[in-house]
Amino acid sequence: MTRIVVGPFNRVEGDLEVTLEVQDGVVAEAWAGSPLYRGFEQILRGKHPMDALMFAPRICGICSVSQSMAAASALADAMGLAPAPNGRITRNLAQAVENVADHFTHFYLFFMPDFARAEYAGRAWHERATERFRAVRGAAAAAILPARTAFLSAMATLAGKWPHSLALQPGGVARALEASEKIRLFALLRDFRRHLETTLFNDALESVAALDSAAALSRWAAEQPRGDFGDFLEIAEDLDLASLGRGLGRFMSYGNYPQEKSRFLRDGVWDGHLHALDAQAIAEDISHAWLEGETRHPAQGVTRPQDEKAEGYTWCKAPRLAGEPMETGALARQVVNGHPLARDLVQRGGGNVKSRVVARLLEIAVILPEMEKWVQQLVPGEPFCAQGEMPAQAAGAGLVEAARGSLGHWIIIEGGRIANYQIVSPTTWNFSPRDGGGTPGPLEQALVGTPVGEGNVAVQHVVRSFDPCMVCTVH
Amino acid sequence: MNERTEPFSMPASFNLLWLQSAGCGGCSMSLLSSGDREPMAALDAVGVRVLWHPSLSEESGDEAKRILERCARGEIAVDALCVEGALLRGPRGTGRFHRHAGSERPMMDWVKEIAQAARYTLAIGSCAAWGGVAAAGENATDACGLQYEGDQPGGLLGAHWKGRGGLPVINIAGCPCHSDWITETLTALALGAFGAKDLDSFNRPRFFADHLVHHGCTRNEYYEFKASAHKPSDLGCLMENMGCKGTQAHADCNIRLWNGSGSCARGGAPCISCTEPGFEEPGHPFHETPKLAGIPIGLPTDMPKAWFVALAALSKSATPKRVRENAVADHQVVVPAVKKTGLK
Repeated sequence: MTRIVVGPFNRVEGDLEVTLEVQDGVVAEAWAGSPLYRGFEQILRGKHPMDALMFAPRICGICSVSQSMAAASALADAMGLAPAPNGRITRNLAQAVENVADHFTHFYLFFMPDFARAEYAGRAWHERATERFRAVRGAAAAAILPARTAFLSAMATLAGKWPHSLALQPGGVARALEASEKIRLFALLRDFRRHLETTLFNDALESVAALDSAAALSRWAAEQPRGDFGDFLEIAEDLDLASLGRGLGRFMSYGNYPQEKSRFLRDGVWDGHLHALDAQAIAEDISHAWLEGETRHPAQGVTRPQDEKAEGYTWCKAPRLAGEPMETGALARQVVNGHPLARDLVQRGGGNVKSRVVARLLEIAVILPEMEKWVQQLVPGEPFCAQGEMPAQAAGAGLVEAARGSLGHWIIIEGGRIANYQIVSPTTWNFSPRDGGGTPGPLEQALVGTPVGEGNVAVQHVVRSFDPCMVCTVH
Repeated sequence: MNERTEPFSMPASFNLLWLQSAGCGGCSMSLLSSGDREPMAALDAVGVRVLWHPSLSEESGDEAKRILERCARGEIAVDALCVEGALLRGPRGTGRFHRHAGSERPMMDWVKEIAQAARYTLAIGSCAAWGGVAAAGENATDACGLQYEGDQPGGLLGAHWKGRGGLPVINIAGCPCHSDWITETLTALALGAFGAKDLDSFNRPRFFADHLVHHGCTRNEYYEFKASAHKPSDLGCLMENMGCKGTQAHADCNIRLWNGSGSCARGGAPCISCTEPGFEEPGHPFHETPKLAGIPIGLPTDMPKAWFVALAALSKSATPKRVRENAVADHQVVVPAVKKTGLK
């Protein structure tokens, strides 16, 4: 039995180290550690509640609109304010642009470059993968970065700028759209759709979204060349990525994209059966974090650093739902929402490296056509921002889905100031440490059984299949 | 070539190393998104080679650590060290709030060591420049910038520090900073066309810091008449009530624009002066303008208070109906009149 420490894990950014206990060439046990503490929950105490709109996006430059959405939703909850319909739609569009761009960026810039690594020389696909996906110098990056930039230019219209917009408000957005901008947005979406349909899928988004089983996916991939997604499916088959990084089989989603009465993606928990989500059953355990205190619901949570705690191995808390760790992300969202392909993949092999990547690209194909509909629902001339008063005493929660999964903000307002502000990010769920009962977090469990060797490339696939974002985690 | 200008010197290669300290990764995302050009191609075209970037490079784990070690020892020449995020000195000066992943070493020690070996060191964003958002509140992590702590010179490297290239830390401030601010500074450095005279008094590149956010603001007509917004989504000027510091903040956001056509003000949000040291603790809520006897405390840069008060009173009394009514609406309720005769 040998113990090794792997880190930094870059792509998306580097503040993760994983300690692995290795036996017979595979991971026997894993510990996910984050060596960075940023202190946002301490910073926000005592500030004006609306200041959360300035600080929240700066928790994470990668999912900054989702952070703004969670803060705006928590404030709206505290104010008892319903957003103006135009504002709700515009916020959904801004968040969807970010989420879709995130999935797209993850696939091309963060995940696929690992298949260009020298460890895979000799594989039938290696030369093609190197030419296309190699980090920084691959042909795909040169093509997708301009497409991504053009798509994100929608943020100038929807939110002023990206990242770090101040336009998202509890009652909607700070700027009403004009009729010409509605047309411009629609055109931008169509432009990005064309890029996806020619380069990523080589098929209509609707055909991808309609794939309803693992067998249908295999048939579809075999019919004709299927763009970069097809390349991934071929590599996944050859390397058997479906048996790598098996998760714990419990998925959670807060639901996303509020509509008039419900959410476009529903909330819930999936463990082979669908259950209602009870957000009151969320608690953060800090047994193995360098923090003082006790297990609490985030509304009453405390964040006090204690760097000399012997049992600590990370700055990350361990969120649990009714005492259990939960996997969160695109796969969880699509499984909870009942997408037949996601459900079938999970039925067959649970959460794994392949199903997590497939779910992200599937979600792009599901959401972009909806965005085209949402744009058309905007009514220029009618309000984009409902106005309300900030109460001196109140509590609120904002639960949304960032690209990487479930994101919650909980605020307590006393005497017109923030008395407590707690943030539970997607990667906090996925990369949580052990809890007081010794139960490992989702990544820690998923790594067990992973082969370890030169470059630890299999370990890297498992870690990146979750699309970790540590800066969020260690807010 | 005119004798008053120097020809550009195209480098054989100009090596860039990018480290992320305690930040949100937003400046890296901005680099990839907020400008008009594809940044990696734009940099490559002037000889900039990326040694390692945490969001983009293939090397991970031990391979990444080896690159940093070789850079620190001078075995790989680092022409530009870009540091994103604040430097965390806490707790108790140990730097343990940010260890470099996979090692026992605090990030601040890596940064100090590689900065000594690098030709130029650039603070990418306001966290790396001044401490920024990381230093807000009680600054529990003891965050600072590379060469400033708020508006005080010092920081991690000290007030008098200079890199091997003879320049102090170049502060590409902003939260986040604009993609072009990064690529244009790196391009100028690579071409040998950037020197001490190109920095302002906070060591920010003057090409963006010699402007005010106010320049190019589309709400200018409302500003002229002091026709002010009162609530989010109003079209009026955001300075009088909504906390906007665009007339004081140094940046070209409304000239250069973000993501093609945006800016904070164009999104209906006030400028929070994110390129200025200490912007994270303004001493008032970000969405409100602090006032004394009804007059905003933060007056436009270079404008004496008496003038401002007199002009505001005069322009308020002369505000056209169109501007007055549109200022408190979320879309134009009165459009500019169409003159029936030829314009003179």
